[in-house]
Amino acid sequence: MRLYAIVVYLFLYIPIGIIALFSFNAGRHASELQGFSIKWYGKALSNPFVMDALETSLIVAFTSALCASVFGTMAAVALQGIKGPLRTIFDMMIYIAVMIPGIVIGIATLIGLVTVFDQLNPLIASIWPNGFEPPKFRMGIGSLIAAHTMFLMALVVIIIRARLAGMDRALTEASSDLYASPMGTFIQVTLPMIFPAILAGFLLSFTFSFDDFIIAFFVAGSETTLPIYVFSSIRRGVTPEINAIGTMVLVISLLLLITAQLLLQRGGKKNK
Amino acid sequence: MTQKTRNWLLLAPAGAWFLVMLVIPLSVVFIFSFGERAPSGGVVPAFTFEQYANLPARWAAFKNTMTLAPIGTFSALLIAYPLAYFLAVKVKPEWKTILLVLVIVPFWTSILIRSYAWIFLLGGRGIPTLLEWVGIEGVRLINTPFAVLVGIIYGYLPLMVFPIYVSLDKLDKRLLEASSDLGAKPWRTFLQITLPLSIPGIATGCMLVFILLMGEYLIPALLGGGKVFFVGNALVDLFLQSRNWAYGSALAMTLVVVMLIIVTIYMWIISRLGAGRKDVSIM
Repeated sequence: MRLYAIVVYLFLYIPIGIIALFSFNAGRHASELQGFSIKWYGKALSNPFVMDALETSLIVAFTSALCASVFGTMAAVALQGIKGPLRTIFDMMIYIAVMIPGIVIGIATLIGLVTVFDQLNPLIASIWPNGFEPPKFRMGIGSLIAAHTMFLMALVVIIIRARLAGMDRALTEASSDLYASPMGTFIQVTLPMIFPAILAGFLLSFTFSFDDFIIAFFVAGSETTLPIYVFSSIRRGVTPEINAIGTMVLVISLLLLITAQLLLQRGGKKNK
Repeated sequence: MTQKTRNWLLLAPAGAWFLVMLVIPLSVVFIFSFGERAPSGGVVPAFTFEQYANLPARWAAFKNTMTLAPIGTFSALLIAYPLAYFLAVKVKPEWKTILLVLVIVPFWTSILIRSYAWIFLLGGRGIPTLLEWVGIEGVRLINTPFAVLVGIIYGYLPLMVFPIYVSLDKLDKRLLEASSDLGAKPWRTFLQITLPLSIPGIATGCMLVFILLMGEYLIPALLGGGKVFFVGNALVDLFLQSRNWAYGSALAMTLVVVMLIIVTIYMWIISRLGAGRKDVSIM
């Protein structure tokens, strides 16, 4: 039984390990080990295409994780005190956002926004004062952030709600019995208790957005994120540079994820 | 400010966001699926079922998806169950958290990089070369259904382990003791107690994996080399290459409807089992 578990863990981690191993390979060929070197990391980090893509990915991941954490937490807190049709509608939207495959979200966002923009752009141009360049909506970093935020908001609501459900009601009741204002209760009682969950939600959202390929593939317009760059490079062949980029991406995600998991697990125990 | 006003204000940003980025786009897909293709690549508004009638033209993609997704789900289940059982029943409590985190974490890292790892391993100089050393020659692994299957199992195993673990972890261990005290052999205890009580976890894991697999694009694109073609690959082709939005919308709607049917059947089975557990989530 234990041996079986070890084999499965090896199966999960050996492929990742091999990429990391070959990223330190001195040789130019991807598949023969020829000594240790970090030159591929240097090469990847001095490639302007990689750096551009990395910058786009970081901006998108940070902005959408931030928006999702703030709006998602707000919604989760409000939904706790609501029943009736409004609650049902929100539950349905969250459920749909999480269940629908990423590829369908990407497609819907692409054709939905392009259709809306095609109506909106001539309208703006017609009311814009003559002699000035009218603003033009198009697919790009903005649409990508908006699409990621939508999906991640649903994720944050689910995480925060799970934490709120595990919270002892008596605490907020005691606080209001002692004449704290609702705002005061929220800041002094609720917020400290759900803060680990908010932070975990932010980290998970950041990782998800940073790693997402399929939504970005449809929605990013002419922008290139790091996963899009990696995908198009892979199609041209396996190179040590991609191994180096992949290893960096994996290490960053792993660190963020382990932090998020520990925050969720520890916080969960404290509340019991 | 009343409680009601406050709740409305708190919900406003999320609600507006869902409306603009989820409800409107999905409605556009729905409307376009009844449209006609415009010569320039867009959609001419119409009300026709022509696109849906043409769906059999992409039958191969559906067939591949509906063969490899169930096979992949079932293989992942077979590999995941013993591991989940080990984690829930055999492992000491102080090791549980770390071992569980180690299973879940890969699922949240880039599926792109993890599939890429298998291009590396299954490609010409990977496992085939190792096989040549032991005397087996001429094995081709990459760009075959087998490669896609390996990628699927590798990608979705963590998602299968977690719900099964949760259902086994809740199982009252005294039942197992009682069973063996009453003289039941281990395999009988397993078949009559452990397995039936873990069915909600099995069902949740299978449904999650199956649903995600139905929308899969990356694994067949990278490991199937254009030969093993899923519905997701057909969708990318229709929207980004041949720009046939009306037909693509009909295909996307069909995918969503098939998924909804499967989820509904799953919910029905779970409620029939009388064990509708809501707390089995992917986190």
